Amino acid sequence: MTADMLGQRVKRTEDQRLITGKGRYVDDIKLQSMAHMAILRSPYAHANIRSIDTSLAKAMPGVLDVMVGADVPYNPLPMAWPAGGSAGLQNNVNMPRALATDGVKWTGEGVAAVTAETPEQALDALEAIVVDWEPLAAVVDAEKATQSGAPQLHENAPNNEVFTWTVGDRDGTDAAIRDAEVVVRQRIVNQRLIPNPMETRGDIGLYNPGTDEYTIWMSSQTPHIQRILLAIFVMGIPEHKVRCISPDVGGAFGTKIFTYADYVLVLLASKRLGGRAVKWIEGRRENYQSTIHGRDHITYLEIAGKRDGEITGLRVKTYANLGGRLSTIGPGIPTTLYARVLSGCYKIPAVFAEVTGVYTNTVFVDAYRGAGRPEATYVVERAMDLFADEIGMDHAAIRRKNFIPPDQFPYENPSGLGTASGGAKIYIDSGNYEPALNKALVMSGYLDAEAARAEARKRGKYLGFGLSSYLEVCGVAPSKWIGAVGEGWGAAMWESSNIKVHLTGKVVVTMGTQPQGQGHETTYAQVVGHELGLPIEDIVVQHSDTQGTPFGYGSYGSRTSSVGMTAAIKAAGKIREKARRYAAHMLEASPDDIEVDGATYSVKGSPDKKKTLQEIAFALDLAFDAPEGMEPYLDETAYHDTPNCTWPFGTHVAVVEIDEATGHVDLVKYVAVDDVGNKINPMIVDGQLHGGIAQGVGQALWEGAVYGDDGQLLSGSMLDYALPRASWFPPLELDETVTPSPVNPIGVKGVGEAGAIASTAAVANAVNDALRPLGIRHVDMPLTPQSVWKAMQAAKGGRA
Amino acid sequence: MIPAAFDYVRARSLDDALARLAASAGSAKAIAGGQSLLPLMKLRLARPETLVDIGRLAELRGVRKLADGRVAVGALTTYDEMMADETLGHYGLLEDALPNIGDVQVRNRGTIGGSIAHADPASDMPAILLALDAEIVARSARGERALPATSFFEGAFSTALEPDELITEIRLPGGRDDVGSAYRAIEQPASGYSIAGVAAVVGARSGDRWGFCAVGVTGVGEHPYRASPVEAAITSGASLEDAAAHACDGIAVASDIHADREYRAHVATVIVRRALEAAIARLG
Repeated sequence: MTADMLGQRVKRTEDQRLITGKGRYVDDIKLQSMAHMAILRSPYAHANIRSIDTSLAKAMPGVLDVMVGADVPYNPLPMAWPAGGSAGLQNNVNMPRALATDGVKWTGEGVAAVTAETPEQALDALEAIVVDWEPLAAVVDAEKATQSGAPQLHENAPNNEVFTWTVGDRDGTDAAIRDAEVVVRQRIVNQRLIPNPMETRGDIGLYNPGTDEYTIWMSSQTPHIQRILLAIFVMGIPEHKVRCISPDVGGAFGTKIFTYADYVLVLLASKRLGGRAVKWIEGRRENYQSTIHGRDHITYLEIAGKRDGEITGLRVKTYANLGGRLSTIGPGIPTTLYARVLSGCYKIPAVFAEVTGVYTNTVFVDAYRGAGRPEATYVVERAMDLFADEIGMDHAAIRRKNFIPPDQFPYENPSGLGTASGGAKIYIDSGNYEPALNKALVMSGYLDAEAARAEARKRGKYLGFGLSSYLEVCGVAPSKWIGAVGEGWGAAMWESSNIKVHLTGKVVVTMGTQPQGQGHETTYAQVVGHELGLPIEDIVVQHSDTQGTPFGYGSYGSRTSSVGMTAAIKAAGKIREKARRYAAHMLEASPDDIEVDGATYSVKGSPDKKKTLQEIAFALDLAFDAPEGMEPYLDETAYHDTPNCTWPFGTHVAVVEIDEATGHVDLVKYVAVDDVGNKINPMIVDGQLHGGIAQGVGQALWEGAVYGDDGQLLSGSMLDYALPRASWFPPLELDETVTPSPVNPIGVKGVGEAGAIASTAAVANAVNDALRPLGIRHVDMPLTPQSVWKAMQAAKGGRA
Repeated sequence: MIPAAFDYVRARSLDDALARLAASAGSAKAIAGGQSLLPLMKLRLARPETLVDIGRLAELRGVRKLADGRVAVGALTTYDEMMADETLGHYGLLEDALPNIGDVQVRNRGTIGGSIAHADPASDMPAILLALDAEIVARSARGERALPATSFFEGAFSTALEPDELITEIRLPGGRDDVGSAYRAIEQPASGYSIAGVAAVVGARSGDRWGFCAVGVTGVGEHPYRASPVEAAITSGASLEDAAAHACDGIAVASDIHADREYRAHVATVIVRRALEAAIARLG
């Protein structure tokens, strides 16, 4: 019997090549006579281009071609997710072109592209391009950009507004706040982050003049979607003319979902060179100015309730900074993925949110690990602590009091998971929040908080405990819902998988999802191995080439396990069914009399009469003897449209100590109790939580993109943008509750983002908890030593 | 991230290197470990026409005792070599500082001479040399001179070195039994450079006060400096707290996105106090 590896801590198949330097990333690919591209980027945050003179650059050694905006005969990059699109809400859309033409809207926007024999020659030639700039005043703060007198970026966006979108029950929430016994108000900032995947972005474009077709290698999360967007929307050619290949992708965290200008440029450059391959790879500094940033919300929250701790209303106004021009789905993040889940795991009866998307002279903003849900969790978790502090209630007790009780599922939250039109609602299908909270409290020593605080004081430290009880929505998404939820996404979110069983009995699985380090080559094999009764060594996962994989929507939103693998399970089911029918033919029995046990197909009552899946494949793939009506080969494809999203939840507890003299925050303990349903590979789940937690803590304590008022990115490299180091963390203590998801056969929920969604609020709440005895109510992130110290000084001076 | 084009030549000897530098009229730069110069070149902030590689000049490497009791550290000695040297192990402030400089690559490639010549206003070695009253020996084709550390650091990335001079060695005072030393710093978390780094040497107790105190500070001002008001307060019997309050007297305190003037000035006093405490603790 083959061991069933589903649920086991199997070491990852892909790791051998990835950790021994044998991974094959875009920059490892070297094609014959490949040329190299460098992009000239604006040094100004806001400027008109009076003229560009490329004559000197064109004459430099090794230069093959120089392009400016007017040389690109295509449409701008596409907008795929307006906010409230299908409800008719106006979005003042401004999309980037492959190269800016009349002017630039952020430091780093590309204005010219040089293609040369070597990367050095391309870079040297950039310096010879002469641009006559007319600098304009810039604005970088989203709230300030909407105020009168602010520099205007786009003629079609008065007050720099992209949209103002609302969700929830306005009148009911107004009444709840008006009539409440207690209302707490707070302005909070979820600061802009720069995502920093280990591999920056890059592409190779290759035009085939014989077939008039293009191939592009791209470090992308969505090769199939890019094929459609580039071919149909940007270049205006039939989709079969573009082939997209993502080789190994070294991390993405959302940054590689979108359509970028460089995709267009390398394809066009290759065509202009008559079919020479053209490669572009960005360095880290270039990445900071041309790949999307994340978060950047300014929020005014109002939380209302009774003196006994029952929350009756939550009202929120958020300014969401979307950058100088929109990224592919920028407007979707602070709307559907944020405001629709604001109430989190609480049964708040009245919720209303108004979100204004804003243009500023900064890099565009789009989905970054958690995409809206970290921002929502931060709002509601800070709000719960602020309300508790106002009425003198314990932070755990107020959460307990307001959790959605386990008998109220399926639960329709009032901030609008349902649609504004069309009736395609989704509900939170399951949840049981108290056991996770209780476990986390015990593990973290929360119950002895007072003693711990007193002991820390003796050492000159302020100690704080921070809770974050989160609910996240992932496993995106039912197509009817995502299309009709009011946003007009216009696309769907189903998935696909093809399974072929070869003559040799080996299995090849292909799919429309796209790994960037999650371990899909291992987890898909575990799942399909379980379905077909085969060892995972006999299952090969091939992904990432649009020629050779069925169409799918890529990997993000923690969707691969719930949606993608269900498609694989369906395909495996079709394989099993066909194998059963052919086994019946081989064994001269009726298909109804064939029993399937793992990879063994036997006749009921005559266990000696059996065939293995491998024997069936060998015969059926050759098929000299197929029965009437049965096609040769074991090759099945399935598509799966998930009926619901999935709903991971849990409670994290962070413990911090603050050095009174310097304001330095030390994370001394971190506990995470997560419910991600069943686990395909618990080791991989742990890894996802570790990484997500680290990223979320990074936001709370160290990270933050800093722009000068003139739009210069002051945190322009890792010398000034502080990424978390492993040595700054205590051991991360993980535990679980397990509530299988009813949405897919395995019962998984997805875990890629949960760590990042929970942890920022846990650490921020811990720091604010530690400072509470000083009369400090709220300090914004990042909670650097300077920020914390200044808050302490202000409090001592009587200004909290 | 690619340097502008440059010529490269490997010096055959110290005199060869000095002759090339003199002849280049400023268009050539010496390179040793390259840990500061190469990043600047990759950003094209530095564009030397020629690099003169002095990295293999063995005569500039190593730690030796001088006849007058001082210790000479060759300019090409790496941080890692300094950490392994037994003589230098007696200097508490080096023991504190060296393991935290840069990272493993920097510590194995970066040299003390390179660091001092580069004079980043937030790097650790200048504060240490100031507190030790070190002497920096510089040579050119025109001859040799010894520069006291206290007048060597003139500004951010700016020293008393002439363009055709190379540092050959750094002379430290010999070890003393009657002083303790320590290095403490609070770092900017992205780069690891000091927001405030303090090297303290305290000792020679006489009655109710310390007879000797030297405090070098980096990261706080336009360039590393000796906190003389702190030293004077200590040797006139002030408490550590009161003395440390003078950490920034007369200094134009720097400000950046990691620490503004107010916070930096405050945290300098904290780190000065902690460095003094740790130095005194080493006296047992």
